[in-house]
Amino acid sequence: MESALISGLQGLFLGVAALTAGQALMILVGCGLLYLGIRKGYEPLLLLPIGFGAILVNIPLADMMGKEGFLRFFYDFGVLTEIFPLLIFIGIGAMTDFQPLLENPKIILLGAAGQFGIFLTLLLALAVGFDKLDAVAVAIIGACDGPTAIYVSSKFAPHMLGAVSVAAYSYMSLVPLIQPPIMRALTTDKERKIVMGVAKRPVSKTTKILFPIVVTIFASILAPKGAPLIGTVMLGNLMRESGVVERLKSAAENEIANIVTLLLGLSIGATMEAANFLRPQTLLVLALGFIAIGLDTAVGVLFGKAMCLLTGGKINPLIGAAGISAFPMSARVVQVEGQKYNKKSYLLMHAMSANAGGQIGSVIAAAVMLSVLQGMGIIAG
Amino acid sequence: MDTWTFGWTVALIGMGGTMLVLWILSLLILLLKKLFPQNTRPAERG
Repeated sequence: MESALISGLQGLFLGVAALTAGQALMILVGCGLLYLGIRKGYEPLLLLPIGFGAILVNIPLADMMGKEGFLRFFYDFGVLTEIFPLLIFIGIGAMTDFQPLLENPKIILLGAAGQFGIFLTLLLALAVGFDKLDAVAVAIIGACDGPTAIYVSSKFAPHMLGAVSVAAYSYMSLVPLIQPPIMRALTTDKERKIVMGVAKRPVSKTTKILFPIVVTIFASILAPKGAPLIGTVMLGNLMRESGVVERLKSAAENEIANIVTLLLGLSIGATMEAANFLRPQTLLVLALGFIAIGLDTAVGVLFGKAMCLLTGGKINPLIGAAGISAFPMSARVVQVEGQKYNKKSYLLMHAMSANAGGQIGSVIAAAVMLSVLQGMGIIAG
Repeated sequence: MDTWTFGWTVALIGMGGTMLVLWILSLLILLLKKLFPQNTRPAERG
């Protein structure tokens, strides 16, 4: 009886005895993510489930990412198959109004320039010693688009999914802190004060309906590897603009997006096991992700300067910073910065055009990159 | 293929390709707007 009691009591302490320093540290990291999401309001919809998933997966002996673990089930079902990010894309398409972009289509080029950080970071990642596909996964943080980063990294470097996702979502939420110093450093006082004219150009309903169909057909044929990304975003947008499937649109942007966001967040957190996450490589991923978003902003602003020059000073280069995919946060940053230097400057609608261009641009950039990799034989067809 | 050939190829074609695809998309949007302009005629009053 006495030995049975001792054995029973020992069972209660097995977890404590098995807790490693790495697991304890990762539980603290999970708590840190919860703090950022709850107290600081940084991307709480993602950081809360990611943080909690990180805590759960590092509980000793619970084995939640083991063969029978419930986190393993979500991960295998939704992340390994790439279903979760694609379902989220349908929701994003259903939520996004491309009207500002359709009103001023040439601004879409800023959405292309805002993706150059992806490709420049790829070179940096290769320079610091990442393998080719690992470098691709790190570089895609520069898309400033969580689902795109998750889609690409889960496909080609699943062992880096946790670090890449945390970097992508953390930096997206830090856009208001990362962008302004770069915007100020690359523009002159005169440029920042440029007032852009009103760009209200009406767009017909037919154009809005045809836009997602045309983009899907054209962009998917050019970059077939990215067809799932492009197709899902545009399907969501078609549901929105057609106005005939209100229930589906509502489900995509609410119920489906909410459920998938929860399960995706938990699954990403589940990849943050101490043994995988606590490596020097993770710090490099976080550093390169930061650089990627800085480079996106810098190239976007520089491209804005070029457009300013070519149009005889009609474009305020600050809107180039909104050529990233962080929608609509980045456009708001541009509006706030513009107002600091000229109270009569209202850049929001122009920045929204660039920001919508950045949303399409991030998906197109990923699609182009995947197709180039396929063409080079780096990934299977 | 060595690392740098890979890196520069993906970077250059990637940047150029992204810019090209989005530029063509902007032209397609302009074409759509030309083909299907917004009817700005004010509604007739009864």
